[in-house]
Amino acid sequence: MTVTLKGEEVAKKIAHSFPMAIITANQTAIIVTPDSLYQVARFLKATPEFDFDYLTNLTAVDYLDYFEVVYHLTSLKHNHSLVLKTRCYDREKPSVPSVVSLWQGADLQEREVYDLMGITFSGHPNLKRLFLWEGFPGHPLRRDYL
Amino acid sequence: MEMNEMKALLTESDIAEGRAINLLKETCQPIPDPDKWLEEKLSRNVLVTTVDAVLDWGRRSSVWPVNFGLACCAFEMIAMANARFDLARFGMEVMRPSPRQADLMMVAGTVTWKMAPALRRIYDQMAEPKWVIAMGVCAISGGTFRESYSVVPGVNYIVPVDVYVPGCPPRPEGLLYGIMMLHKKICRESIQRALAGRMEEWKQKVSRLPSLRGKEE
Repeated sequence: MTVTLKGEEVAKKIAHSFPMAIITANQTAIIVTPDSLYQVARFLKATPEFDFDYLTNLTAVDYLDYFEVVYHLTSLKHNHSLVLKTRCYDREKPSVPSVVSLWQGADLQEREVYDLMGITFSGHPNLKRLFLWEGFPGHPLRRDYL
Repeated sequence: MEMNEMKALLTESDIAEGRAINLLKETCQPIPDPDKWLEEKLSRNVLVTTVDAVLDWGRRSSVWPVNFGLACCAFEMIAMANARFDLARFGMEVMRPSPRQADLMMVAGTVTWKMAPALRRIYDQMAEPKWVIAMGVCAISGGTFRESYSVVPGVNYIVPVDVYVPGCPPRPEGLLYGIMMLHKKICRESIQRALAGRMEEWKQKVSRLPSLRGKEE
């Protein structure tokens, strides 16, 4: 069974490297600022202790006050996983750094989130709509869509 | 009984009947079979029918479907094609991956607007004569997803449909019944009507040409 790492414990271990990055951490997840997301993700991938070489899932949630982008990370070597989250408060132009350069699997998933939620991923090599067509009005998975 | 007495019993109609029978017996010849001039081997194997019946029978007996499974309905379609329900009984077990070789498109599942141009294109690439079956409520009317932003509310928005098979998804028996309905429909088609259509087309083309009579005057 894959061991699910506790967010608080991982947060303690990376706190000295990124003192300003972590907004909060609980049993299930670490929540970081969008600005530091890429650095934290790169650290989690590159550090041998964590070695998160596989992005299982990337999705987003609309909480009306803010969007939350969720990253499910897994290490195939250590067989453990972690949930990393970030929040964007800007409803007009929400933007999060892309992690495609770290995990190729993020390519289509970031395009899906952009298509349905309207969150832009800065640094993405090919940020186009995925499921819907060019010229479709709005982003249908936002809670204020209809 | 004397001969004269016996003759007295006969009526005129009896005599006329006797004459007619004698005449028939003397004059009639055996009527030859129309295929008498054929060899015996051949005459046992030739059957006379109409062009329509042969064409329709041929078309009906080998309707080749194009692979078009879009959602869960596709699995019922696959089940129907396999040995248990056995589409091969109708001579249509060859699911063609190419629309150029197919006569029937079974639209099995939800059609999204993103998929609609591809569906139309595959239909256009199929050679005439061609038929369409809309399988399942999603293909018929959009079904549960009718109000959705991304789903076509019925495949008849994109292509003309011949048979609708309701169900969510329909059982393989249901789809087989739909196919048999389509066979009935094909049986009723006539080459005359197709020719009449061509004739109309030709007349319209001719009517667009400049009138020769006008020049003469």
